[in-house]
Amino acid sequence: MNLTPITSNLSYLLIEGLGLTVKLTILCAGAGLALGLLLAAVRLYGPRWAQTLVAWYVNILRSIPLILVLFWFYFLSPYVIAWVIRSPNAVQVNAYISALITFSLFEACYYCEIIRAGVLGVARGQEFAARALGLTGMQVMRSVVLPQAMRNTGPILILQAIVLFQDVSLVYVLSLTDFVGAATQIAQQQNDMVPMYLFVALVYLLVCFVSTQGVRRLQMRLAP
Amino acid sequence: MNYQWNWRVFYDISGDGASTYAHNLLAGVGWTIATALFSTCIALLVGVAIGLLRVSPNRLKRGLGSTYVGVFRDIPLLVQMFIWYFVVPELLPESLGNWIKGLASGPFLTASIALGLYAAARVGEQTRAAITALPKWQLMAGIALGLSRSQVLRLIVMPQALRLLIPSLTSEMVNIVKNTSVGMTIGLMELTARAREMQEATFHTFETFAAATAGYLAINLCIITAIRAFEAHAPSIKQRAATTRMAEGLPA
Repeated sequence: MNLTPITSNLSYLLIEGLGLTVKLTILCAGAGLALGLLLAAVRLYGPRWAQTLVAWYVNILRSIPLILVLFWFYFLSPYVIAWVIRSPNAVQVNAYISALITFSLFEACYYCEIIRAGVLGVARGQEFAARALGLTGMQVMRSVVLPQAMRNTGPILILQAIVLFQDVSLVYVLSLTDFVGAATQIAQQQNDMVPMYLFVALVYLLVCFVSTQGVRRLQMRLAP
Repeated sequence: MNYQWNWRVFYDISGDGASTYAHNLLAGVGWTIATALFSTCIALLVGVAIGLLRVSPNRLKRGLGSTYVGVFRDIPLLVQMFIWYFVVPELLPESLGNWIKGLASGPFLTASIALGLYAAARVGEQTRAAITALPKWQLMAGIALGLSRSQVLRLIVMPQALRLLIPSLTSEMVNIVKNTSVGMTIGLMELTARAREMQEATFHTFETFAAATAGYLAINLCIITAIRAFEAHAPSIKQRAATTRMAEGLPA
């Protein structure tokens, strides 16, 4: 097996390619978590109409393929932006920005459901007890419910970020050069797919295995 | 914004000069469903086998089971599909590899196998959770009655464990249907690929993707309704499913 295409392009593969994958993962996990927290709050405590709206948003986005969502945003946002800024022509958007927005909005749905389950998992009695002790609604949230919910869901939130790390590979359909994109480029130039894709699989396996083990450690530590 | 709305675009003849876009999209739905069904069969067969390996008293078998789950869960589906499609035929003996590469249904078979084996890792974990959720004394009682371990598994444990699997099957099948879209990267002409093709030719982005979204929602609604109807026939399942989910550490 000829390994020179990998070794001679290692910095391109790992720094440009894997770098983009990691960057997208971190940014989208952060934005998705913030937005997911907001969505979860609306679903739990918002007015009835907003709850229904968020429920529809979450359920629809969770039942269509991520690739289709990527296409929706990438091909439709030029028209939407043109409409917003009243431009007569469609505005071309950058694939990277488009992917960033899509993954953030998409992950927010999953984070919303995880956080909601975590909050609902905290016994109702604690909430009543805290209220009876004279704490305000916000105080109950901040010092009683959320710390427990976060401890229960923390590991699951990180696992979801690992899933996102794998899902970012789908930006391939927008021709972005993430890790898989960079590998495909070189493999096609050399006309030899075998070592390159095995290398890609190995790197993903390693990164995900190590991070999953880390989460498991964390889970053991947090277990009451 | 000068977006030209035209919902009649679905009746236009597509680039192949023969069929309408509506026809192409429906053909895409057909491939999506076919791939999903085939993958589900593979996922169930392999997944249950992996689940059984995971609870085996033999250390080697347990290790085999957990290695499978680790490998197939930690590599992105896209990369797995590329490996089955581009790498595996190269590693096989040349004549066999060439025969596989020449198959007309290559993308369909490859996507189904890749997706099935990928989903099997998750089904395996759910099977293991279902088996371990059952009380241990059932196994002991069976052994005390003189049954062999395999008889206990076959006659007592699995009939119950498989029933416990049904609720988690809903989300698994919805996932499989969604993941068939990854097959477009190796040339499977399923719904998303057909929609992309139509969007590229007509620029009617909104109409096209709305139709594809409706297609996926319809398929998934059918799955959810079918499994709910199936569950309704066995009321005890829900109760027990709650126990399994609790054992998995998930909200009941």
